[in-house]
Amino acid sequence: MIDEVRTMPTAVQPQLMRWSVVLPGLAALAAALVLPQFANGYVTEVATTALLYVVLCLGLNIVVGYAGLLDLGYAAFFAVGAYTSGILTAEFGFNFWLTIPVAMAAACVAGIIIGAPTLRLRSDYLAIVTLGFGEIVRIIARNLDITGGASGLIGIERPEIFGFRLMQVQHFYYAFLVLALLTAFVCLSVERSRMGRAWFYVRYDEDAAAGIGINRVTAKLQAYMMGAVIASVAGCLYAAKMTAISPESFTFNQSLLILLGVVLGGIGRIPGVVLGAVLVALLPEVLRGAGTYRPLVTAVALLAIMLFRPNGLWPDKRV
Amino acid sequence: MALLEVRDLRLSFGGLKVLHDISFSVEKGAINSLIGPNGAGKTSLFNCLTGFYKPKGGSISLGGRPITGLPPHRITALGLARTFQNIRLFKEMTVLENAMSGQHCRSRHGIMSAILHLPAQRREEEAIRATAMRWLDFVGIEQHAHRRAGGLSYGDQRRLELARALASTPELILLDEPAAGLNEREKLDLVHLIRRIRDETGVTVLLIEHDMGLVMQLSEKIVVFDYGQKIADGPPEAVRTDPRVIEAYLGTEE
Repeated sequence: MIDEVRTMPTAVQPQLMRWSVVLPGLAALAAALVLPQFANGYVTEVATTALLYVVLCLGLNIVVGYAGLLDLGYAAFFAVGAYTSGILTAEFGFNFWLTIPVAMAAACVAGIIIGAPTLRLRSDYLAIVTLGFGEIVRIIARNLDITGGASGLIGIERPEIFGFRLMQVQHFYYAFLVLALLTAFVCLSVERSRMGRAWFYVRYDEDAAAGIGINRVTAKLQAYMMGAVIASVAGCLYAAKMTAISPESFTFNQSLLILLGVVLGGIGRIPGVVLGAVLVALLPEVLRGAGTYRPLVTAVALLAIMLFRPNGLWPDKRV
Repeated sequence: MALLEVRDLRLSFGGLKVLHDISFSVEKGAINSLIGPNGAGKTSLFNCLTGFYKPKGGSISLGGRPITGLPPHRITALGLARTFQNIRLFKEMTVLENAMSGQHCRSRHGIMSAILHLPAQRREEEAIRATAMRWLDFVGIEQHAHRRAGGLSYGDQRRLELARALASTPELILLDEPAAGLNEREKLDLVHLIRRIRDETGVTVLLIEHDMGLVMQLSEKIVVFDYGQKIADGPPEAVRTDPRVIEAYLGTEE
């Protein structure tokens, strides 16, 4: 019956890439590629942490920014990835690269266990449940033997690729850079696809989305699980870089920092989230000179941003 | 056999009975209306038909298939689309993205094929976009495709809601007060557009409307509600002179 409708040539495609984003993006990428050649160990270390936050914030952005679900326990999935990879390499002698799919599967299972019952409810409930989940994972890690208890897991093997072992901070810097680029590519691809649009429909008007044929529970669950998988991969690489992990790396504070990065830069939009993630990693280092006043200065800076740029530093035009 | 069959439908919220044993049917290819004073239960009935409310009893079938109690997205997939009384667009997204949402239940590619940029996924995206554009053209707002939906004029927002519902390729479309807030000129256009929906695409239309001129012009059959009960059901001429309908609208003489 559609065929009877008058047809018209497909309209002009909207410009997918704007030069205002592409050019600074390319410049940032070029700078990121050569950074370790010029920077000292300290700067490279901080930059590696920044890249870790870029991956985590992009992952959480799928949950919070695209699907509009407030997740206060995102670090739990980061922990699931780190511990899965850590235990498998340190205790069972697995090859690091093989632990990644296992960690992804573990994150999926954890995502379903938490998400399936709670995503049927409105998002306020999800915030409370995820907050609890974050703490439960940390406390489990603290009390099990296999996770090394409170002192943590040590002796995690360094990954090897084509006979080359990742050892120095520069190596991990590049590994995280590849992961960050891969994550950004995945986010961009999904953002512009059918499922990506479904997340936005659910975020903007759940009832209208359901009325137009979108299964809101499935859509939310997929966003939640995709976020979980990205955090778990970041966790694997984090464990390999640190060679030792403890429950204290995965506290509620960690979840808040990741959320802060997403909100700070501009929720829902990749360039904004990357900027926010870098700021979250850099602020404590830049403000080192403030000494004991550091938390105060950070708080004032954040309040100022929220007052003057309530949609983030580089906001999503859609909001 | 009728396209939509409603049998003894009952709905209540706590002790409040909203719908009492409602039965009526809509023939395939018809334009029918649902009228009644405010609070008569018209929108509640729409919400039952589209799965937003779970009825306490009775049955609803669409094209012979039972749809009673199914979730909204399943009902849309089975061919029943709706618009909302107070326009519910995705205001922050583009007009085209809004229209594309209708095609969600008619397409299937997921996250993995999007990440891998599979050729089949690209083709499906193109098809979704083309279908959405066709419906924007049908309702006459294709020139606004890349504008923000919330920035459209009120009349165009109503048109977009229609295009979005039609993009789900329904068999039956429910319109909840489509003429609310429109001026006389826009109402004329709407009458024309609703006729075209039925005549050119074969989609059956059931609408709730307060504008009696519009209802009388368009409908082959009118179902009248008052206090959650069906008080009349028939062609416009019969309904217009029905004493119970006149009473519901104007009150009794005593």
